[in-house]
Amino acid sequence: MSESLGWPLWEVFVRSSRGLSHVHAGSLHAPDAAMALRNARDLYTRRNEGVSIWVVPADAIAASDPDSKGSFFESPQGKDYRHATYYVKSEGVKHL
Amino acid sequence: MEQQLQAVSGAAAQQSPEQQADAEAGQAYFDRAMAADSRIEPRDWMPDAYRRTLVRQISQHAHSEIIGMQPEANWITRAPSLKRKAILMAKVQDEAGHGLYLYSAAETLGTSRDEMMGQLVAGKARYSSIFNYPTVTWADMGAIGWMVDGAAICNQVPLCRASFGPYGRAMVRVCKEESFHQRQGFEILLELANGTPAQKQMAQDAVNRWYAPSLMMFGPPDDDSPNSKQSMAWNIKRFSNDELRSRFVGMMAEQVKVLGLSLPDAEIRFNEETKKWEHGALDWDEFKEVLAGRGPCNAQRMERRREAHEGGAWVREAATAYAAKMAAKNEVAA
Repeated sequence: MSESLGWPLWEVFVRSSRGLSHVHAGSLHAPDAAMALRNARDLYTRRNEGVSIWVVPADAIAASDPDSKGSFFESPQGKDYRHATYYVKSEGVKHL
Repeated sequence: MEQQLQAVSGAAAQQSPEQQADAEAGQAYFDRAMAADSRIEPRDWMPDAYRRTLVRQISQHAHSEIIGMQPEANWITRAPSLKRKAILMAKVQDEAGHGLYLYSAAETLGTSRDEMMGQLVAGKARYSSIFNYPTVTWADMGAIGWMVDGAAICNQVPLCRASFGPYGRAMVRVCKEESFHQRQGFEILLELANGTPAQKQMAQDAVNRWYAPSLMMFGPPDDDSPNSKQSMAWNIKRFSNDELRSRFVGMMAEQVKVLGLSLPDAEIRFNEETKKWEHGALDWDEFKEVLAGRGPCNAQRMERRREAHEGGAWVREAATAYAAKMAAKNEVAA
């Protein structure tokens, strides 16, 4: 039996049609970027799901720490003024 | 990161006070997420038992998809038309894809792909008992699509809402593709049922053989399913085995009329009091035997999987060697 090859993990992003952004579809293992792209095509676009694919080594992605939810993401409390719905006096004014 | 978090959730005896505090905070966060029917993502804290249960369930599910390619691949070369051959190949390719989606989901829990593949090839991993039954006629392709994939859909639709994010997302993708599988199976049976008397008999025979094994796909009865309760408390499983089985029987009982065939169970009825479909007794001894490795095709399925794994070794090695060579070349150039 073959030894473990330990192929790196790649994250796959698929653009479903022109004009839309690439969206995360899933992940796969491949020895290099060229094979990762081919595998991603076979695995994630069997039904015309995409017109473009990105593959990114999973190691290269920096992610925020889920535990620091409180401190990393600033509290939106008391900052309703960042949303259009905060401004009610203009209600009824057309095209505003 | 995941390894660190796993270390945090390790045995309490080896924990420092800080680690214990982290674990307590993690458990509190996890409990709140469960109560709110929220999702758990790979880097969140989770109880060890939750992680183990998911690794077991998702990897078994992945193995089932991979082994599930074999009974159908058996008929690719003998499909009755070029169109049917193309459809069957697309379906078998989908099963491979489903296996890969699921292995990816299981990997986010910290178990490597090689480890899971190794367990399957070594015969240490379980997979759905249904794939250890033989596919002896073309009509079996119809019965598998209609009944086996039908049962799989009943089981998988609620799993789209499983509390573990990657599992639910994989299931959404799988379910989208699975509906084609069931419809094409139904069509195969419908065509045979409207063919010659011999073809109709072949379709009926396939339905007779796959009926009980598909019902058993939902797992043992509720009073003999020790893990179900915990899985439901963790929002992994949404409905009990018997509940899903009853729903499935109801769907089959209606759909079989369109086929002009019958189900081999005289005790199917809709209970007006409980508002549930009921069916005849199932042979759970057979289920346990097949699960324990003593079904009609267990040995053959494992042998074939090993052959495929070993036969593909040189391709994997060549791809690795090529990648290493190109990486070295690029380094020199840079």
